[in-house]
Order: sequence, then C-alpha cells, then structure tokens
Amino acid sequence: MTKKYEWERFTPAQRLARFTIYLAVVIALVMSIRTVEVIPEFLYDAPEQMVDLFTRMWPIDTGHYAEGVHAALIETLNIASLGTVLALVMAFPVGLMAASNITKIPALNWFAKLILVSSRSVNSLVWAILFVAIFGPGALAGTVAIGFRSIGFCGKLLAEALEECDPGPIEALKAAGAPWPSIIIKGYWPQVAPAFWGITLFRWDINVRESSVIGLVGAGGIGVALDTSLNLFNWDQVALILLCIFTIVIVAEIFVTKVREHII
Amino acid sequence: MSNQNTNGNGGATPRSLIVKDVFKEYVPGTPVLKGISFEVTGRSTVAIIGPSGTGKSTLLRCINRLIEPTGGAIHVAGQDITQLSGKDLRHARHYIGMVFQEFNLVERLSVIENVLCGRLGFTPVWRAWLRKYPQTDIDRAFELIEKVGLGEFITARADSLSGGQRQRVGIARAVMQNPDILMADEPTSSLDPKTSVEIMELLNEFSAVHDIPLLINIHDVKLAQRFADRIIGMSDGRIVFDGTPDELQDSHLKEIYGGEDWML
Repeated sequence: MTKKYEWERFTPAQRLARFTIYLAVVIALVMSIRTVEVIPEFLYDAPEQMVDLFTRMWPIDTGHYAEGVHAALIETLNIASLGTVLALVMAFPVGLMAASNITKIPALNWFAKLILVSSRSVNSLVWAILFVAIFGPGALAGTVAIGFRSIGFCGKLLAEALEECDPGPIEALKAAGAPWPSIIIKGYWPQVAPAFWGITLFRWDINVRESSVIGLVGAGGIGVALDTSLNLFNWDQVALILLCIFTIVIVAEIFVTKVREHII
Repeated sequence: MSNQNTNGNGGATPRSLIVKDVFKEYVPGTPVLKGISFEVTGRSTVAIIGPSGTGKSTLLRCINRLIEPTGGAIHVAGQDITQLSGKDLRHARHYIGMVFQEFNLVERLSVIENVLCGRLGFTPVWRAWLRKYPQTDIDRAFELIEKVGLGEFITARADSLSGGQRQRVGIARAVMQNPDILMADEPTSSLDPKTSVEIMELLNEFSAVHDIPLLINIHDVKLAQRFADRIIGMSDGRIVFDGTPDELQDSHLKEIYGGEDWML
C-alpha cells in the first residue's frame, strides 16, 4: 500500500482570504479613478501646453543665477544641514526612550513613539507653515521645520538600531558593574554608530530636497526664489532654478554615497 | 588595587562563595532551580556539569544577579548579594568576574578597550566617554593582555580576532575586575579541543595566582574531570552529585544525564 502525501501552500480559507484582498484592491482602484474626475478637454490639451511651457522656459536665464539664486541655494543647504543637526540632538533622547531594551517602562516607550509618529505624520510643508506663523518668514522657520519633521525619521531608525543590538556585550558590561551611562557609551554606541551615521547622511540627503520646497510657504531657501519667479511668470528663471535644485540634489546624492562607503 | 577594603566584608571570609537554598522560577509554579546549596572557599576549581536546560547558566547568573533569584541567599566574600541594589549591587558585581560562552566582547572596540571595560564599574562615566582611563588601569590592562598572549593585538578590533583569541580577551576583561570569584559560563563550547584546553589552563592559572574560587559551567565531562578540583552535577534543577573528579562514576553520570547509551 502506498501512502499518498498531499501538500498545498494555502488552505482553502487562506485562498478565499487572498481572493477577497485582491477583489478589495481592484474595487478601491476603480473607486479612486472615478474620484479623480479627469476633465477630457484638459487632458487632450496637455501635450500642447507642455510644449508651450518648454518654449517659454527656453533659453534658460543663466544671468539670473548670481543675483537671485546663488544666495538662496546656499541658504537651502544651510537649512538642510542645521535642520539635520537639530533633529539629531532631539532624536537621540527620544530614540533611547523608544527602544524597549533600554527604557524598560512601556508607558515611556509609548510616549516616545507618540512623539516620533506625530513628527512624521505632519508634512514638512505643514511644519513650515506652522513655524512661519511663529517665527515669521525666513530661514529660521525653515530650519526648525526641517528639524521637527526629521525627529520622527531619525528617532525611529535609531530606536530600531538600538533594539537590534547584540545583548551579549551589554550583559558583560552589566556583569562588570558598569553604570548605565557607561553601558550606553561603551555597549550600545559602538554597535549603533554605523547605523547612526548612515541615518544622519540619509536624512541630510532627504532634507536637501525638502528644504528646496518649503520656501514655497516662505520658510527660506531656494523655494522662495522659485515662488517669486513662478508668480511673475518668469519661466526662463523657473527653468534655471529647477536645474539648480536638480544639480544640488545629484551632488548631495554623490557626496552621501561617497561618505557612506568610508564609514560602513 | 586592593579590593578587600572597599568590599565591605570586614575581612571575614574573603574570596568565598556560599550559595544557600537558591530557588528560581521564571514562570510561577515551574521552578528551574529547586534549592541549590553549596560552598566554595579559597582557591578551588569547581566544574558544574549537567544536561542543557537544567539551570546551570541560570545559577551562574543568579550569583551576579544578571537574573534575579526567586529565593535563597548568595554570599560572595561574606556579602549577601541578594540584599543589594543600585550602586552597592554594581560594586558587588564588579568583584565577580564572568567569562561567557559567546565571549560577549564589544565587537567594534579594540582589545585594550574591551579589557578596560572590566573597570567600568569604578571608572567615572566622563573618563569612559573621553577614553581617559587612569594610567594604573591602562598599565594593568597591558599586563593582562600580554599575559593572555595577545601582546601584538592590543589595538586590534575585537571582531578581527579568532574565537580562542576573543575568549582570551574575555578572560582578561574578567580578571581586570580584580574579582573575588571568577565564573565561566560554557567558556569552551564554541572552541576547538586544543584551544579549549588552553582556555581552561588560563582560567585555572588566574584562579591560582589570585587565590580565588573558579566556577565553571561545562558540557565536556572529560575536560571537567581533567581541570576541576571538584565537580557538581546538576539534573532537573537540583544538585545530584558533589565530589572530586575521582569520585565521579558512570552511575553518577547516568543519574545526571539520564540513559547510558551515550557513554562508551
């Protein structure tokens, strides 16, 4: 008598569940397409409008760089860098508090996670609007906005890196009678240092991009220049500014990749 | 570097370990340690043998309170460890050297810094942070690293060493604590037979030079018989054998590990 083996990856119940999910996704997709309300006239018109825009953008007004763009570009980089530093200073204690292997009080873990989530749930632009209202328009509002938006990102990744630490060395330091600050410095920090610098660079890279946008609401940087040129319909200047943003993002990307190679 | 006067034992019974009725349950109702009692005084190598999961590691970790014993008393150098908390506990731990199965070194720190970690219990946090260790500690660390035969690896990173070399660093770190007793939790089980013997010799040597008890959890019965002055056999959370290596008969091994097919 031969025994018959049977194996299937999913049980009938699982198959039904998967089918239901697929169906739900398709329904959601159809519903969202209906909500977008595409106006056909505008859609057919789009290629013509694009050509029109490009002809107005060309030739690029390179002369505008020295007078209106250079300073704003430097300001953008300053906002991104200072904002990142500000974020790290604030994210470090929150990250320590959020890591459940370091802070053993669940209420504090949740409180830290609440801070991290609220930082991330608000878009940079919204943070910028808030801080422009508080500090007035300018680079300060932009820096603080970038900082607050980055706490969530840096703190969450830092907390995750801390939670992934090998508990062995920590146990050994504890067994040697080390006080907790020393355990953080000698046990946890060496383990998370590469992740920490990685997070810092990654976030700086993102912040360079974000800080070029927040100027649209008056928070300083290249966005202010972009906003002005857009409002004056100076499309040749807009083209220049877009090119500058593109260049600086690429340069930042290359810089970050190079530094990363050295620290990891 | 005298530790006797800072240890608060009044010089009564230095370098002794008294374990009395130690009881431990992780889950109420299912004890892991069911009343362990033994005493070790002065220079003596005690090997604890027993099957996996019988609570050997738990026992060692109860002695330096990395794990809280549920009941019983543990005296190290005349001081009841179970009654301590906070700074007193840290200082008491500092005088209990521990060597781990997986070495538990801080991988990204150098050999010398790992050894200096053994002094963290008495190193102010700022000194640890700025790496401004007292010169006496540095001298002693150098001395110990040379003694364990790693003189040429002083500034090598721990993760660049082999298993045997790492365990030597682990031993140097434990001895750096100037311990009143030395404990080793399966110090040789991730090492090859030759290195295992060298590690056991090194542990024995330190125990002899400093005239302190050495407590070793060990799988390898042959190795235990070769190096220990006394063997404690544990089974199911109880001590079922306590005697010299010569007294350990096959009948005892049968009782400790159960069955007899594995014995040849």
